[in-house]
Amino acid sequence: MDTLFAANSLAEFFQALLALVGFPVSAPIAHVIAVVTHVALVVGWFGLPAGLFIWAERKISARIQDRLGPTRVGGKFGWLQSLADGVKLIQKEDLVPKDADGLMFRMAPYIVVVASLAAYLALPFSDGWTAVALDTGLFLTLAVLSLEVLGVILAGYSSGSKWALFGAIRESAQMVSYEIPMALCALCPIVTAGTLNLNEVALLQSGGVWNWNILHPFNFFAFFVYFTCATASCKRAPFDLAEAESELVAGFLTEYSGFRWSLFFLAEYASMFLVSGLATVLFLGGWDDGLGVLASIKTASPNGAVSFLANAIGLLFFLVKASVLVCVQIWVRWTLPRLRIDQVMTTCLKYLIPISCFLFAGTVAYPLVLATMSGKTSIIGQPAGERLVQPKKAAGVSNAGATTESHLRITATGTEGSGR
Amino acid sequence: MTAEIILFWLFAFLTCAGAIMVAASQNVVRMAFSLVLTLGSTAVLFLLLGADFVGATQLLVYVGGTLVLLVFGVMLTATGPFTRIKSSPADAILSGLIGVVFLFIVASTVTAVNWDGENGIDQKIAMGAHAKAVEGGFNPTQQGNTTRPLGLSFLSLRADRDLKLDLPKESSAETNTAPVVPGVSVVMPGVMPPPKSPVPLSTGYLLPFEIVSVHLLVVLVGAAYLARTKRRATT
Repeated sequence: MDTLFAANSLAEFFQALLALVGFPVSAPIAHVIAVVTHVALVVGWFGLPAGLFIWAERKISARIQDRLGPTRVGGKFGWLQSLADGVKLIQKEDLVPKDADGLMFRMAPYIVVVASLAAYLALPFSDGWTAVALDTGLFLTLAVLSLEVLGVILAGYSSGSKWALFGAIRESAQMVSYEIPMALCALCPIVTAGTLNLNEVALLQSGGVWNWNILHPFNFFAFFVYFTCATASCKRAPFDLAEAESELVAGFLTEYSGFRWSLFFLAEYASMFLVSGLATVLFLGGWDDGLGVLASIKTASPNGAVSFLANAIGLLFFLVKASVLVCVQIWVRWTLPRLRIDQVMTTCLKYLIPISCFLFAGTVAYPLVLATMSGKTSIIGQPAGERLVQPKKAAGVSNAGATTESHLRITATGTEGSGR
Repeated sequence: MTAEIILFWLFAFLTCAGAIMVAASQNVVRMAFSLVLTLGSTAVLFLLLGADFVGATQLLVYVGGTLVLLVFGVMLTATGPFTRIKSSPADAILSGLIGVVFLFIVASTVTAVNWDGENGIDQKIAMGAHAKAVEGGFNPTQQGNTTRPLGLSFLSLRADRDLKLDLPKESSAETNTAPVVPGVSVVMPGVMPPPKSPVPLSTGYLLPFEIVSVHLLVVLVGAAYLARTKRRATT
């Protein structure tokens, strides 16, 4: 049984599992099974939070507005409401307006969905639990997130409606500008950690809340700027000018109905969770529990069932942190009024970009200044270099977990790291 | 046939299909979105080659940046909704002819590369192009060694090809002993040794790359010229 948990990748895990059950399979078949499982998990995680957070949004918005929200579908709290909504949306007629460019009108929702789904590829959910372990994880995620705007422009343009076009133009202006401070602020923890690999960024913050990036003075402010920009990039109020239902009917969504409309909605909630998950990994310690319990468990037994369990508990911590951030986004939406488009652009170009440039420069200079003054690169917690020397676990049940941590292990042995 | 090869051909096909749709379509916005297909598939090709960084940069710069600008430009400058561009049959034939000639030039330069040319294998090894790869066999997804093989192929150094030749197995990035390469005295991997005689590097993929770059410049100048004449005609 322990061989199961000692597997380095999902493929090895399935090979061991099937051999245990009595159906030994060859490595390529196990690989295919692992790939299918990964895809199923990522796609499942694309749909599940959408349903969950749509329900949460209904309940939270209702409470904020002194209502009850859904109360009947699926028992007392109406927790089946999202499912009922989904069934209703699928039953609706799939309309394409006469003036629309049919092909592009039909294609637009899929571009948006693919963009926000593909962004989940590099996001680690727990130590090594990521679909594709990439050295350039954050870079790829930001690149893929920037594609979403294309689908929105396409939707607005091909609808053949003025409301939709206005929405699309606003959206593209907003998204293109807010990408800059968002990327700059996402770079701050990257500079602190010294790697673009999201798994390593989170590993460097493990071992206690004092190691989290948010307690770094510059990263602390970067977190809030990042979160503001992330809210804007998800088209959430107070930045929902692309929809702006009181001005533009429904903006770029005006002509959409039924399934295609619900695809836009799924993508919105999926990318809300994605940017929150990214914030968790970059600033809030990822899957760390904040007291160093999980980290010490994994240091004590780097392989096997205990480590797997620790990873699973870490996954829970990650989901809770990210979900809290999503709830903050919902809370903000139902509390703040919508900005005007000029206010949106002013906020970004005149305030957020200079602030994020300052924060970025500060993050770069901070360890240098601190090292010359006190001989240590951090005030609170361990300096990142000392955290690296701790022996890390080899690999859990994960896909390519072994390769993601090679950098850490090389540095831990202490000889080759200096050559880099 | 492995899954990677199947995926490679699939996305290579999509790249070409998108490019052909750009040329064949008459609707400007549809052209722009065919370009999304081409550039996105190119990014996937880079990812398949193990060059994650180049692939992500391709997505960020071309699809996320340039194309959004392009679509913006098309949307804001179009005179009516769903602008169409119609070209006469003569134009189509002429441009098709030039296109075929151009394709021929590029294809001939790509296929004419002399991989095992005058610069001997010892020099390729000595350049430290793949000191690490020699030990464990070539692995395209090897960490930290992703974009270098791509760049070296511009200079006619193909890490994947060279490794299939019979090479001296002992090399040594870690133990710091000099690799046993006849005729060249190398101490540090990654540092180019002084060649015995000035051997010219063969061009590799650099020549087709430069031809395509010059072609792009010509296209840009042509587009600017067309846009300006149109404006002059209307005012």
